[in-house]
Amino acid sequence: MPDSPGRGGDGPRAPRPFWNPWLAGFLLGLVLLASFVVAGRGLGATAAYSALATAVAGTGDAGRIAGHPVHSRFWNDGAPLLSWTVFLLLGAAAGAFLSGWHGRRLAVVTERGPRVGARTRLLLAFAGGLLAAWGARLARGCTSGQALTGGAMLSVGGLVFMAAVFVAAFALAGRARRQWL
Amino acid sequence: MTLPIFAHHEPGQMLLLGTALLLGLGFGFCLERAGFGSARRLVAVFYLYDMAVVKVMFTAIVTAMAGLTLLAAAGLLDLSWVYVEPTRLPAQALGGLLFGAGFIVGGYCPGTAVAALATGRRDGVAFALGMLAGVASYAELASGLEARVAAGGHEQTLPAATGVPRVWWTLLFIVVLALAARLLARLERRFAANRPAA
Repeated sequence: MPDSPGRGGDGPRAPRPFWNPWLAGFLLGLVLLASFVVAGRGLGATAAYSALATAVAGTGDAGRIAGHPVHSRFWNDGAPLLSWTVFLLLGAAAGAFLSGWHGRRLAVVTERGPRVGARTRLLLAFAGGLLAAWGARLARGCTSGQALTGGAMLSVGGLVFMAAVFVAAFALAGRARRQWL
Repeated sequence: MTLPIFAHHEPGQMLLLGTALLLGLGFGFCLERAGFGSARRLVAVFYLYDMAVVKVMFTAIVTAMAGLTLLAAAGLLDLSWVYVEPTRLPAQALGGLLFGAGFIVGGYCPGTAVAALATGRRDGVAFALGMLAGVASYAELASGLEARVAAGGHEQTLPAATGVPRVWWTLLFIVVLALAARLLARLERRFAANRPAA
């Protein structure tokens, strides 16, 4: 089971245990702090998706993109993919892969609750991504850019964003129960 | 004031992108090793039987916050150089509500979806494709909305808004974190029955 780490004594194939959450949070906080201290900015994930969308749109009419109210913010003078945010997320993919490989958790599977089919789960994951993207674009940031980065900087907007995320998710948790439990 | 480094030594493109790649490596490693490449472990927080999401996020925020406060107090870090997204309350409240709905429906957030897809989770791929469709459709359809609620605003932090110095806010967050640890453990015991079988 990819989500039930063994205790280490289950033979060589069992996944290694996850980090203690307090330790994981401390180390993640150090990475965030390093980003502030070196680059003067925090972590973020959503902007990389936007940069990719802008790069795709830019293969058509580059002139339209450069003057576009949303795309222009990710155009990066014609090189949307050679940007900080894209390389940060590429690094994150590589880091997660390394950790998964070392933790023996690499597996092609569909994560889902016991009462939901794989197709339904994939459709809901896609729909959830779409919703989250609109939310993150409106708020200009996601769990990384607004909650972690904004929270560490004591940004009022970042803290309000984080509160709103939990309010909505808890409010809908009952309706989503069939998918997860 | 020698920090942030890039405020005083503007990096070339190679150094800039290399730094981003390296920080991303640590970011992704921490997310996966915390168990956040798994949608079921992430949404567990909303059924209260595994509060790892809150523990990790809260600890990360307080760790970085305390580091920033210490470095600034020691005169090493110029906080005015650190970029903060402007506060626009309607946009962040509405965006947060939509985002929270996407989180419980989809099971991931944009960063954890990458940790999931990098370790082979098909639902992580589906969430990331939904994100791409979302940001692309937002760019085409939401220019008006963007201009009305997501533009303008200015940087607003608790110390600036209240006049209470940053160090006191940091101490408050540390105290709340210590108290939260006990509360979270109680919640996990109380709702342990929610944990699905395998």
